[in-house]
Amino acid sequence: MTELFSIPLPALLSQLLLGLVNGSFYAILSLGLAVIFGLLNVINFAHGAMYMMGAMVTWMGMQYFGINYWASLVLAPLVVGAFGIAVERVLLRPLYKLDHLYGLLLTFGLTLLLEGVFRSFYGVSGLQYSAPEQLTGATNLGFMILPNYRAWVVVASLVVCFAVWYLIERTKLGAYLRAGTENAPLTAAFGVNVPVLRTFAYAFGVGLAGLAGVLAAPIYQVQPLMGSNLIIVVFAVVVIGGMGSIMGSIVTGLALGVIEGFTKVFYPEASSTVVFVIMAIVLLLRPAGLFGKEK
Amino acid sequence: MKLSADFRVYLALLAVLLALPALGAYPVFVMKVLCFALFACAFNLLIGFTGLLSFWHAAFFGGAAYFAGHALKVWGLPTLGGLAVGLVAGGLLGLAMGYLAIRRSGIYFSMITLALAQMLYFFFLQAPFTGGEDGLQSVPRGSVAGIDLTSDLALYYFVVAIFVLGFLAIHRVVHSPFGQVLKAIRENEPRATSLGYSTARFKLLAFVLSAALAGLAGTTKTLVLGFATLTDAHWSTSGLVILMVLVGGMGTMLGPIVGAVVIVALENKVGDIGAWLSRVTGIEWFQGLGESVTIVTGLIFVVCVLAFRRGIVGEALALWQRRRLPARAN
Repeated sequence: MTELFSIPLPALLSQLLLGLVNGSFYAILSLGLAVIFGLLNVINFAHGAMYMMGAMVTWMGMQYFGINYWASLVLAPLVVGAFGIAVERVLLRPLYKLDHLYGLLLTFGLTLLLEGVFRSFYGVSGLQYSAPEQLTGATNLGFMILPNYRAWVVVASLVVCFAVWYLIERTKLGAYLRAGTENAPLTAAFGVNVPVLRTFAYAFGVGLAGLAGVLAAPIYQVQPLMGSNLIIVVFAVVVIGGMGSIMGSIVTGLALGVIEGFTKVFYPEASSTVVFVIMAIVLLLRPAGLFGKEK
Repeated sequence: MKLSADFRVYLALLAVLLALPALGAYPVFVMKVLCFALFACAFNLLIGFTGLLSFWHAAFFGGAAYFAGHALKVWGLPTLGGLAVGLVAGGLLGLAMGYLAIRRSGIYFSMITLALAQMLYFFFLQAPFTGGEDGLQSVPRGSVAGIDLTSDLALYYFVVAIFVLGFLAIHRVVHSPFGQVLKAIRENEPRATSLGYSTARFKLLAFVLSAALAGLAGTTKTLVLGFATLTDAHWSTSGLVILMVLVGGMGTMLGPIVGAVVIVALENKVGDIGAWLSRVTGIEWFQGLGESVTIVTGLIFVVCVLAFRRGIVGEALALWQRRRLPARAN
């Protein structure tokens, strides 16, 4: 059997794949955070809870209404996005004029509330959700066994990330979003409806988190607290990459997922902390983040 | 010497505190409240007077408790020595972490504190001296100046003394020229910089002071309960202390104390409240409220941020001032 650093190659490659899967989630979530922060000046602590909601809605759709995975892939982000619209309109809108600290506190409270409500109905033990039959099983590539569903998650996430990049960098709507991020009052003066743009940005960002939740449902246990540790890692990813650039977020997210995967192979004790250690090092060497600009 | 209005209120509160055991209050509960009140006051130094929102105060609170607990139990240090270890451990953790976090300001600051708190949490989970999931059990209370602290009442007055000292230290800091600079940083950091203050150094010092006092509070809690747990070091405990300060009133001296009383009491009583609501409304779901405290805390968070940002003490002060001003105008 082929070995690398005395670790069997298939084990290494499967951890690499797992790292890429995690990295894809980091990338999608940090993209959403960046879009929301750009326009709303709010760090959405509830992003992890929205990811959890995406997975929960997927599970509930299957359980109660028999909605299959492919339909959920479209429906769940829409449901989460619609919930996001309500949150932005009712809760976040009154806070824009205040210190950004309040936005963080509010979304923190919202996270506790959402997790508590789901927990009171479903407990903390994970709910099972199986992958659609088209994606079950594995493909033998000769040098490793590739689980189909994980490969699908990586490919789908990359497509989503590049679609977001295209939307923001190459379309008219994206131009509005970037203009609003750069200078909201000036954008409004040119006749763009900035409040609607903000609502859209929030719904879009949390919708992305919901989509990540759908993708995660068959891999991880669906449970109310699944987002709360993830969001902290995503915060670290955002600090490492800086929120200035879309490509930067995608690359940082994937790279950190892979590094985390490799740490699991070579030094498992540190796998839960490696991202934070990297963050500390980046802060020492390049405080603005790898792709960020100090404002 | 004529006492200021502030100090007259403090003395009245102290008198109540000293009399509480005689009035039939359960000393361990009041001591727990006092530990959280000191913790919240330390936290308020940062969020209320410097405008920095940190999510890792639990790491100082719980982390220092581990170090002090280890010193008391394994090294056999006397009680005061253990408290000193807790204070210094909190301060040093604060120095190391603060050095990293003040490199970024504003929104990134909070995110960095959260990430580093998580890192420390995993460290405490795996480190050999913390007892992992079980926590550090049976930490001895010891004795101070020949007085045995194993009796709850003796310990109670000792904890009151620690609390008063900690509170006076914070009062001193807030009302010093240094405290004024912190407030200037909170109000307008670029302007404070342009006036020639090295804001990073002021923020770091505030951080260290706040962390050291949080460490003292955590150590005191370990003395009271006899153990140090992982829960105390988790960021959800930071959320709890943020809530205490928010409910009581950010940037007021007495707010965090009021907030600590309200939140600790609520945590203890939420099951009863749920049972009562279930009886009154007939909705069975409320029965389970005791197990999902986070619903209640989350709800309070949202309501406070939206409609009650000054907190209980802040609102009371505002009301008092509104009533005084028209009287003066006449």
